[in-house]
Amino acid sequence: MNSEWEIVVVGAGPAGLMAALTAAQGGLRVLLLDAQPTAGGQIWRGAAAGQKGKAGDLLRDVASHPGITVLSGAEVIAAEAGKPHVLTITAPTGLSHVHAARVILATGATERFLPFDGWTLPGVVGAGGLQAMNKGGLDVRGKRVVVAGSGPLLLAVAAGLRQKGARVLAVAEQAGLPQVAAFGVAAARLPGKAREALGLAAGLRGVPYWADSAVVRASGQDQLQTVTLRRGRRETTLACDYLAVGFGLIPETRVAVLLGCPLTDVGAVEVNVWQATGISGVYAAGEVCGIGGVDGALLEGFVAGCAASGQMERLHDAPRRAEVQRRFQSVLEQSFALRPERLPTPSPATIVCRCEDVRHGDLQPFANWTAAKLQTRCGMGACQGRVCGPACETLYGWRFTGVRAPLAPLPLSQLLAEPTVLGPP
Amino acid sequence: MPELTLDGVRVTVPAGTTVLAALQNAGLSPLRRSLSGEARGALCGMGSCYECRAVVDGLTVRSCLTPVRDGQNVCRLGEVNREL
Repeated sequence: MNSEWEIVVVGAGPAGLMAALTAAQGGLRVLLLDAQPTAGGQIWRGAAAGQKGKAGDLLRDVASHPGITVLSGAEVIAAEAGKPHVLTITAPTGLSHVHAARVILATGATERFLPFDGWTLPGVVGAGGLQAMNKGGLDVRGKRVVVAGSGPLLLAVAAGLRQKGARVLAVAEQAGLPQVAAFGVAAARLPGKAREALGLAAGLRGVPYWADSAVVRASGQDQLQTVTLRRGRRETTLACDYLAVGFGLIPETRVAVLLGCPLTDVGAVEVNVWQATGISGVYAAGEVCGIGGVDGALLEGFVAGCAASGQMERLHDAPRRAEVQRRFQSVLEQSFALRPERLPTPSPATIVCRCEDVRHGDLQPFANWTAAKLQTRCGMGACQGRVCGPACETLYGWRFTGVRAPLAPLPLSQLLAEPTVLGPP
Repeated sequence: MPELTLDGVRVTVPAGTTVLAALQNAGLSPLRRSLSGEARGALCGMGSCYECRAVVDGLTVRSCLTPVRDGQNVCRLGEVNREL
């Protein structure tokens, strides 16, 4: 009995779905793993298979393809490169090993959070975070929301929440207006993006958009009550129910790091034109290779799916399309580059590590992540540095080095049981 | 529609809702207290921050990754630890 999968795709967002479908079309047996209860990733969260549009088509095609096994609610907690590559996954059914001839990483991105006074109050949430909660059923009707931080995601979030009945009081962006405008021009050149932008603009009519703004503090007693923003030299305080705040996206590279894949200097997985990483038989696609949006993710998923399954003849115009996406990606990076003078400034008492309640003042004396961790327990709590690791990189210029297995906490019952091997049907 | 228990109170919520959204819509805030006693709620909504941990049928889970199911028994971490 062969217990090895020809392809294992990690992550069922646009890149992972496209990679899985493409590889399966080449006749290979594909396992598609995803941590969320349903496929779609963050951007297509809540989309239904078969609904009108690209998301619905792809979800339907993946779900109905006989060569693809989809396992939702399954998280990779350990990974070792080799022949075969071995992934250890935790799922509600228990712990299992998966053997893969080739792995395609499509683990996406998480939001970057930066600390300021009051950011730990209930009601202060990620920008993409509030969108995800809303798609998960959180009722935002009539809620007063301030959207802040950086990136084009803020606009999409604001428009989406408004459509669901929230009162969006303002969108506060740290980047300058010329930079945001340059991004708008570049985006409009891409096929389909101009219409998307017009739709966004219509959805945000009447909502103030403040470029050059900084989040100063959030205040409230056990619950967010007000947020203070700085625009130029003026501070403005708004009463609100939610502050949806995120400072761009960070590639989620934990599984890649465990497999030994080299990263770029901005912390994305390094890939060649065929989406191959530095580890033989391991490919990567989508935001894990750099933040570039859904169209780039679909293209990279297609390329990775073809390359990993040997369908090189399907790739004839991919390099040209990839070049267009790369240009877009670099304008995106430049336009929303974080500017120190517009970022929130923590005070010595501001908590940086939310799991262990480690404060800015406790961390300032240290020279690097490891020293700080050993002395303060920063990054050693439940989230294992997922929130404070990137924050420390931005605040102190440290390099986060805290990735080790298991990547998620496990129930003892799973740790003690002999893992099963999850092979193809 | 699934009927579940949130901190001892029975509620009915639409299928497809997360346990987190059920807690939030029921006004059950804070979800927990931090080590120094601060009130805390969900942050990332996608399984990274671990702020939304809750006890569902005896197991501590990330409530944002957990769909509601009929008959579920959900308790806030703070409620279990008697610190709210």
